[in-house]
Amino acid sequence: MTTLTIDRTTTTSHPDAVREPGFVADTWNVMTRELRPMLREPASLLFAMVQPLVFLALFAPLLPEVPGGSALQWFVPGIIAMTALMGASMTGSNLTLEINTGSHERLLVSPLRRSSLLVGRALKEAVPMLAQAALIVAVVTPFSFELHLGGVLVGLAVLSLFSVGIGALSFALAIVSAGQDWIFWTVQQTLIFPLLLLAGVLLPLDGAPGWLRFLADLNPLGYIIEAERALFAGSWPTGTVLRGVAAAAAVAAIGLVVGLRAMRRSS
Amino acid sequence: MTQTPVIRTQGLTKTFTRHKAEVHAVRGLDLTVADGELVAFLGPNGAGKSTTLRMLTTLVEPTSGTAEVAGFDVVREQRAVRRSIGYVGQGNAAGHQQRGRDEVVGQARAHGLSRTAAHARADELLDAFDLTEHAGRPVSTLSGGQRRRLDVAIGLVHSPRLMFLDEPSTGLDPQNRVNLQEQVQRLNRELGTTIVLTTHYLEEADAIADRVVVIDHGVVIADDSSTRLKSGLGDLVSLGFATPDDAARAAERARRLDGASVEVDGADLTVRVAHGRDLVPGLVTDLAAAGTPAVRLEVVGATLDDVFLHLTGRSLRESNETAAATTTTGTATTEGAAA
Repeated sequence: MTTLTIDRTTTTSHPDAVREPGFVADTWNVMTRELRPMLREPASLLFAMVQPLVFLALFAPLLPEVPGGSALQWFVPGIIAMTALMGASMTGSNLTLEINTGSHERLLVSPLRRSSLLVGRALKEAVPMLAQAALIVAVVTPFSFELHLGGVLVGLAVLSLFSVGIGALSFALAIVSAGQDWIFWTVQQTLIFPLLLLAGVLLPLDGAPGWLRFLADLNPLGYIIEAERALFAGSWPTGTVLRGVAAAAAVAAIGLVVGLRAMRRSS
Repeated sequence: MTQTPVIRTQGLTKTFTRHKAEVHAVRGLDLTVADGELVAFLGPNGAGKSTTLRMLTTLVEPTSGTAEVAGFDVVREQRAVRRSIGYVGQGNAAGHQQRGRDEVVGQARAHGLSRTAAHARADELLDAFDLTEHAGRPVSTLSGGQRRRLDVAIGLVHSPRLMFLDEPSTGLDPQNRVNLQEQVQRLNRELGTTIVLTTHYLEEADAIADRVVVIDHGVVIADDSSTRLKSGLGDLVSLGFATPDDAARAAERARRLDGASVEVDGADLTVRVAHGRDLVPGLVTDLAAAGTPAVRLEVVGATLDDVFLHLTGRSLRESNETAAATTTTGTATTEGAAA
C-alpha cells in the first residue's frame, strides 16, 4: 500500500467539475454500465446473436409452403419477437447477480435516481435485440425474404418498446426473488413458453379451438407479432399496427410502473 | 475536531415482520456523531447495528423516529443524503462482470463529476489504493483484498465528509484486515473523514475506533471510548498462594482496595479493580510483609468482551461463534433477516 495521497478537496476545489446529473445523464450512466461488459466481451454478444440464426436454420426448412408468399416472410418477424422476449425476460438474472454480490446495493446508495436505475437497465435490452434483428434480416434477405426497410424499422421500434417493458418486469421479478434465484428462473420459464405459443410465433393459431383463441386474445405478444408480420411485409394495416403499438406500449407502461415500484422498495 | 454533529437520531426504530412475527431490529436509538469522529457500532450478529447503518444510508426506511445525516433527513431528503455520504457495504461495490476502473469512473459521474474530472479522480484513487495495474481486469478476477480496496475507492470518489462501512473486514484474511483498518484510520486522521463502521470483531473496534457504541437487541447499551469502557471495568489481578489459608488472608487485604471485587478459589485469588496494574506492586509488597507472599501473579486488562459480558451477561465472542455455527448449518441469519 502506497501513501494515502487522495485529497478530500479534489472535487470541491473545482466546483465547475461537479454538476448534479439529470434523469437523462443518470439513465445514460446506467445503460452504458450495463452494456459495457457485453461490449468488452464481444464473443458473448456474437454467441447470443448466432443463437436465433441457428434456430432459424434448423426450423425454416420445416416450414410449409405459404400460398402467395414466402414462409420466411411470415416466420422471421416471429423469430425476432421471440428473441426479444427471451433476451429481455432473462435480463433480470444480471440484476440477481448484482443483488447477491452487493453492487446493486452500492448503486442504491449512490445519487442515481431509482427511475434511472430501472429505465437505464431496461433500455439496454433494446441494443442486443436490435443487433440480433439486423443480423437475422441481413442473413435472410438474400433468400426468399423481401426487405421493406420502413416497415422493419417501425417494427423494431415497437419491439424495442416491448423489450423495455419485459426487461423492467424481469428486473422486478429479480428484486422480488432476491436471494432465491430459483424463484426467478421458475417464474420466467413458466411464463415464457405459454406467451410464445399463444402468440402464434411457431405455429399459426387460425385453426385453434375457442378456448385457445380466447387465451391468445389476452396475450399482448400476439397483437405485436401480427403488427410485426404486417410491417415486415411492407403493408400498413392501420388497425393491426395500432393494436401492436398499443400492446407494446401497455407492456412498457406496466413494466415500468411495476419495475419502478420494486426498485423503490429495493434495499 | 469540531463538535458539529453529522449524524443525529431521535427515537430511531425499525420493526420488521418476518414469518408473521414482529422483529424489533432497532428500538428507539438516540445518537449523535460529531464531525471527524471514528465510531464503531459493535455487537453480535442480529444486534441491529447493520439495520441502523442501513437506515442512516437510506437503504431502509425507519418505522418511527427521525435521523439526520449530514444535515439531511434520511426519509424526506434521501438524494441529498446519498450525495453527501460514502458507503461500503458488506458485499462488493463493483459488479463482478465490470472492470474496476469503469466502476470508479461511473460512480464519479453519478456524483456529477465531468468526464475529465471523473477519470482524473479514478486515476488518483486507483493509485492511492495500489489498484492501477488491476483496474482493467474484470472485478471477478481480483482477490478479496483487492476487491475490498476497490470498494473503499468507489466509496471515496466524491470526497465525502462522512463514510459508512458495514462490516468492512468480514471475510478478509488477517493481513488484508490489518491493511484495511490502517486505511480507515488514515482516512479519518489524515483527511478528517468522519467514519461510522459496524463490526462484530472486538479487536477491530478496540484498535481503530475513537468511540465504541455497543448495541444489543436493538438498543445502545454502552457508548464511550474503548479505553474508558474497559477502564470502567478495571483490571483483573490473579494471584496464586502456597495454601488456601494464605489466599483467604490475602483476600481480606485485597477487599480493602477501593471498589475491588474479590473471589477466592482454593489457593487462587482474583481481584477485579480499577487501575489494578498500578495497585499491584503495593498489594504484593503488603502481602509479603504480612507473611502471605504470592507465588504467582498475573494482571490482565479488561477487554471489550469483558465489557460486553459485564453489560449483558453474555460473551460477545461466544455469541459470534454461536451465530457463525448457526449460519453454517443454515438455520438462521438474524442480522440478514433484520437487514
